[in-house]
Amino acid sequence: MAHIQPILAALRRHKAGTVLIALQIALTLAIVCNALFIIQQRVSKLMRPTGLIESDILAVENRWVGVTGEVGAARTRGDLLMLRGLPGVVDASFSNSYPLRGGGMSLGVNKDPDAKKPIAQTTIYFSDEHSINAMGLKLAAGRNFLPQEIRWMAPNAFEAPAQVVVSRALADKVYPGGAALGKPIYLSAGSAGSKPSTIIGIVERLQVPWSGTWASNFMENAVMVPFQMSGATGSYIVRAKPGSLADLVKTVRAQLIETNRMRVIPEKNGIRTFAQVREHAYQSDRGMALLMGVICVVLLAITAAGIVGLTSFWVGERRKQIGVRRALGATRHDILSYFLTENLLIGAGGVAVGALLAVGLNLWMVSQFEMSRFPLTYVAVGVVALLALGQAAVLAPALRAARVSPVEATRSV
Amino acid sequence: MFGYYFGLGLRSLRRNPALTALMVMAIGFGVAASMTTYSIFRATSNNPIPQKSDELYAVQVANWKPADLSKGEPPDALSYTDAVALMRAHKARRQTALYPVGPSVIPEDASRLPIRESTYAWYGDAFAMFDIPFRYGGAWTAAQDEAHAPVAVLGKSLNDKLFNGANSVGREINLDGHNYRVTGVIDDWNPQPVFFDATNTGGFGEPVGLFIPFTRAVEQQMETIGNENCNADPGQGFDGLLRSECVWIGYWAELPTIAEATSYRQFLHGYAAEQQRAGRFTWAPNVRLRNVTDWLDFQKVVPPESKISLLVSLGFLLICLVNTVGLLLAKFMRRAPEIGVRRALGASRGAIYTQFLIEAGAVGLAGGLLGLVLTGFGVLGIGLVFAPDIARLATLDVSLVALTLLVAILATVLAAFYPTWRAAQVQPAWQLKSN
Repeated sequence: MAHIQPILAALRRHKAGTVLIALQIALTLAIVCNALFIIQQRVSKLMRPTGLIESDILAVENRWVGVTGEVGAARTRGDLLMLRGLPGVVDASFSNSYPLRGGGMSLGVNKDPDAKKPIAQTTIYFSDEHSINAMGLKLAAGRNFLPQEIRWMAPNAFEAPAQVVVSRALADKVYPGGAALGKPIYLSAGSAGSKPSTIIGIVERLQVPWSGTWASNFMENAVMVPFQMSGATGSYIVRAKPGSLADLVKTVRAQLIETNRMRVIPEKNGIRTFAQVREHAYQSDRGMALLMGVICVVLLAITAAGIVGLTSFWVGERRKQIGVRRALGATRHDILSYFLTENLLIGAGGVAVGALLAVGLNLWMVSQFEMSRFPLTYVAVGVVALLALGQAAVLAPALRAARVSPVEATRSV
Repeated sequence: MFGYYFGLGLRSLRRNPALTALMVMAIGFGVAASMTTYSIFRATSNNPIPQKSDELYAVQVANWKPADLSKGEPPDALSYTDAVALMRAHKARRQTALYPVGPSVIPEDASRLPIRESTYAWYGDAFAMFDIPFRYGGAWTAAQDEAHAPVAVLGKSLNDKLFNGANSVGREINLDGHNYRVTGVIDDWNPQPVFFDATNTGGFGEPVGLFIPFTRAVEQQMETIGNENCNADPGQGFDGLLRSECVWIGYWAELPTIAEATSYRQFLHGYAAEQQRAGRFTWAPNVRLRNVTDWLDFQKVVPPESKISLLVSLGFLLICLVNTVGLLLAKFMRRAPEIGVRRALGASRGAIYTQFLIEAGAVGLAGGLLGLVLTGFGVLGIGLVFAPDIARLATLDVSLVALTLLVAILATVLAAFYPTWRAAQVQPAWQLKSN
């Protein structure tokens, strides 16, 4: 390590350039730290599993034309029979919604019927005895619904059922310690005196239909109720045998229309594989991560290029001084380490300011947007990365400086 | 003189191609990132109906107890009870209650499959309120609203699908097995953000294809396909919903003058007070009247992604500019001897300023052109970042092209001020002596 004193003295003669490089490093650190944090947040969000066997599942949005109530229910049952009978289909079920769909029903859950505030928020999935198998959920404890427990009803006639199957997250939230099986819960739509529902089964994992931030505190709280919706609308969840999803996607629309043509399955997004459902739900998260990634890469490249540019200029400007130093006995290594140390000093100043800026920017974003504070490891990693980047960027010009011959000292220009 | 300096600038830029390329790229990338994200921000924060945005007001009435409200704000929508009471009072110049419905259109030709179009149930006044242009015919009348008449107004694309774009006024369409007579066909109309129903659309979406009277939709027991929020069990069936305090109806009033808005606000307050006296509300009147821009703000239609990416991009541009200041400084100071000679031969400081600012301007122009190309790619690729409904709103139009070039040149010239000032400070005597 070269002596710091003469380097500082030299830097004082290049105040503008020094400040500019330090400022650039500081701003880059502030932005890169926050961008990386955004990437991490978004990526971890879109990696969350739903609990379904996603690779084999197909979702169909159906709406009967001009029928309501029991007529719709009869047609829906006909569809389910047809779908379950198709070659290449493991099972099919019908529901008001499914994970990542984007629209559904949510209620508060209590274990005391008189409690003022619910213990947790949950989504409600209308289900039958096929639902667990059709979604490929893992039944962790208890049992599935029995066929005789299933009731058909209008969606807005919802009342608490006698039996429910809940997700493990919700079971643990309401009954901590894993003793939820067989216990009652109360589903309330704000009305007092609701009836208890017994937990007959617990599924390992089942996500809510929403992917937005507002649902993030009850992401895996789901209650499956033994109801099927009569009426005009609903979604089919079809589980294909491994490898036959692609064929099913092509034929299922025609099969459904052949069964009954007085229906609307939207052209756009009416039939989606679960991969498409997932892609659609997390599109803006993936996009944001991508955009931040591109900005980070370009930003680091431009900052590195800027350091190369300015240092090259300094080396060019000081060729004569370097020649004098070399003539007076400085080794190539001395010259190299002079420029590396100089850059390290500027970089240290830059990252010191940058770390403050990064934290400030994060705090400001927390206050403006629905974001959380980042762990300081981001700043630490960013600091190390930028110092390393600075050293790497300065290496080429510094090596050029080290190659300056002592003879330069004697040349006039 | 401009031409001469411009030529000098170009020659100087050619002398260090790597440095010049670096500056041009920094500016190009910085400007392109900012402009691409700005194009999305501009589209999402757009005023969809500028000529009337402060004459149209969204109405909110708190029909829930304060504990059920979020941050003390009344619900986003009205209950059926309140919507009908306000329609009946008829206190605004024009007003409409509205909600999205999902009927299917059954084509006459039995070989064709039913069609589903985005459909709204509202009052005939809404067409005039929202300045909706008609291609054929017009809105249905207030008398038809009153009579729950089976009438409809078609969107352009549905009219194309059903009647091949011909004038269909007076003809009938079949909705869920019932005939509706067409009173009008509208022209292209798709305000973005969708201010009249930001609550259910999230602000962006496809054009509406079909309109039917609110009164008819309720009579047919058509349920909303939008949000229906309840603070208590609504009871059984559609009639239960109509009697409940569930909120699912949007409400707009047209109040062209401040005086009318003030008196409408007083009317709303009075209405809530009356409900309180009648014992339906057990809390003080809590009502809101928000114009279009306030309503869009309140509904937070600008996605946070759009704001964050614009901010990060502006930070990126700032860093690119700091970078450019450094590189220009290096470039200009390297030419100190040349400046010394020029000053010694009689060039004023002003002349040095002009020369170097023009040179910086040339860099800015080149950066701007690169930025323009990259912005073009950025706008094309914006679909990778934002949902299709939002991404398609970003366009590279004349104003964005002009803004891109302007920002690039302005930013570069701004960045050049300090290096130029330094260049102009060069002491000719010192330079000549040291050489």
